[in-house]
Amino acid sequence: MTQNTAVEARHAVKAFGQGDNAVRALDDVSIEIRKGEFFTLLGPSGCGKTTLLRLIAGFEMPTSGTILLDGQDITYLPPNQRPVNTVFQSYALFPHLTVAQNVGFGLQMQGRPKAEVKETVARMLALVKLEPMANRKTSQLSGGQQQRVALARALAPKPKVLLLDEPLSALDLKLRKEMQIELKRLQTETGITFVFVTHDQEEALTMSDRIGVMSAGKLQQIGAPKDIYTRPVNRFVASFIGETNFLPATAEAGAARLATGDLIDLPGLAGSGHVTVTVRPEQVRLVETTDPGAIAATVKSMVYFGTDTHCYMALKDGTEVVARLQSPATGEAGLQQGQQVGLRFAPGAAQIVED
Amino acid sequence: MSAAEQAQAAQSTRNGWLLSAPALVILTLFAVGPLMIVVVYSFLAPGKYGNIEWAFSLEGWRGILYTKDIFDDTYKLADANVTIFWRSIKLSLMTTALTFAVGFPTAWFIATRPAKSRALWLFLITIPFWTNLLIRTYAINEVIRNEGMFNTLMMKLGLISEPIRIIYTDTAVFIGMAYVYLPLMVLPLFAAIDRFDMRLLEAGYDLYASRLQVLRRIILPIVKPGIIAGSILVFVPSLGAYVTPRVLGGGKQMMIGNFIDLQFGQGRNWPLGAALSLTLLIIVTIALLVYVKYANRDTTHGH
Repeated sequence: MTQNTAVEARHAVKAFGQGDNAVRALDDVSIEIRKGEFFTLLGPSGCGKTTLLRLIAGFEMPTSGTILLDGQDITYLPPNQRPVNTVFQSYALFPHLTVAQNVGFGLQMQGRPKAEVKETVARMLALVKLEPMANRKTSQLSGGQQQRVALARALAPKPKVLLLDEPLSALDLKLRKEMQIELKRLQTETGITFVFVTHDQEEALTMSDRIGVMSAGKLQQIGAPKDIYTRPVNRFVASFIGETNFLPATAEAGAARLATGDLIDLPGLAGSGHVTVTVRPEQVRLVETTDPGAIAATVKSMVYFGTDTHCYMALKDGTEVVARLQSPATGEAGLQQGQQVGLRFAPGAAQIVED
Repeated sequence: MSAAEQAQAAQSTRNGWLLSAPALVILTLFAVGPLMIVVVYSFLAPGKYGNIEWAFSLEGWRGILYTKDIFDDTYKLADANVTIFWRSIKLSLMTTALTFAVGFPTAWFIATRPAKSRALWLFLITIPFWTNLLIRTYAINEVIRNEGMFNTLMMKLGLISEPIRIIYTDTAVFIGMAYVYLPLMVLPLFAAIDRFDMRLLEAGYDLYASRLQVLRRIILPIVKPGIIAGSILVFVPSLGAYVTPRVLGGGKQMMIGNFIDLQFGQGRNWPLGAALSLTLLIIVTIALLVYVKYANRDTTHGH
């Protein structure tokens, strides 16, 4: 715990159910979220990310462990006494109130003077560009506008931490992209710590300062988007964040030997036994079959994605490898199904992951 | 419009009237007709022997609030009638309030049960409807009378030395009506609470509202249509209640319903009975109009 920590969870465990039937939604999670950062909890559904968020919001109490906010133990504090606000996945806007009344609700409940409430509501509506909608009912708004009201409502009381529970999942792709930029802008402008929950890895990579990847109630890896992408600690992280290739191999000194017999340089690797080598598809290069050190492969299929083309190949032992190639390059290469090609991995691209 | 089109329009109008004829006949025969008879009777004079004299008279309407002195033929305010009106309105309002106080938690409880057991709870609520109203009222009588279950139990426990007199008081009528009309409050409340998005509760707590504030500022305004429907369903029949005040009020603690019955029966004053019936109808209509107007204003403009 440092001065710089906004929220901290220490050995948080949350079990649902009793005895043998108990399911551990959170299994000994410790995490520090820094002040003013955009922190994303990323993982598939059921990984415990929303549970962790609800522990921070106060909607649930941990089975064991502690939650700290600004160094204060808030584990058993009810939600209405925590300076933390939530943007709900369903938005949960109050249908009987206008947009302005929704945004002012938190401030009113805090007992702020009327003039201050009015002023803050006006400022918040300007921040999310909804001033003309102030007196509308929330049911008269589009999904994107409702999303903005939910944001303004949660930001209005100036919480120490803003929790966002998959807030963009109900929006269509175009609107989602816009809101991603919008969210990032709001976070920068307000300077409030954002804890964002999502299962969308692309969203996590583009928006976050740091990402915590979760799976099966456990925190798998915490780091900047680039670290997570380029240096995944295990097979789960590597496969959940972006596409990747896994190649079974045997460890040797300074290299890994694939089942095909080919050697991949991995400085620092020692010992023996089975290891898994991972290489991102964009780090796979196609070379001449005669090229020294090239790994022989057969083209299985090509899938066109616009700017790039995915080339699915099989090694001699049947291991599948996919390469992401820039589209013009494939045109020139004129790759065809069944064609024999040589593979090379970009220097430093291959690495070992835990299974 | 061409002649053919005109003919077709006329045909379609004719068809419309023909198709609605059965409904119109039934409404005329069973709703408008009887009502008109009551209106006509209210403006006739009572005969000496309980008959009707076919002459225009305001005697019936005057009799609602005034009585004629037997000796000098002057009119003075009929205290007994005022008491009966006041008791009816007071007891109906109290019944509405009590059924809401008991019905709201009940409806909330049912609406928050798992979907599977909800049907069972709703079924239990409707069970009283299977029994005749008279029998249910006598059951309450059995519970609260001086030698009834409640007093016997309290005396056996030594909590009281003499039976508490409840039967044949306003309290007895109040308890009986609240018991009889409770389901009418619970069902519309349940329907409203069932539609209530429980996630709004978390949003409320998250935004610094206390439990009471969540109830007052979020739950009650949103389920208000259910509260209004339930209140109307309880208030209207309470005001015209007949069986319950008769059995539990013992004939002395009359309500408008019993008073009307009295005019048509022993009282032998049909014009007054007719005028009283119409007065009841007017009170209910005004109450509904005021309530609906108030409720609408409140939902369209927030608060």
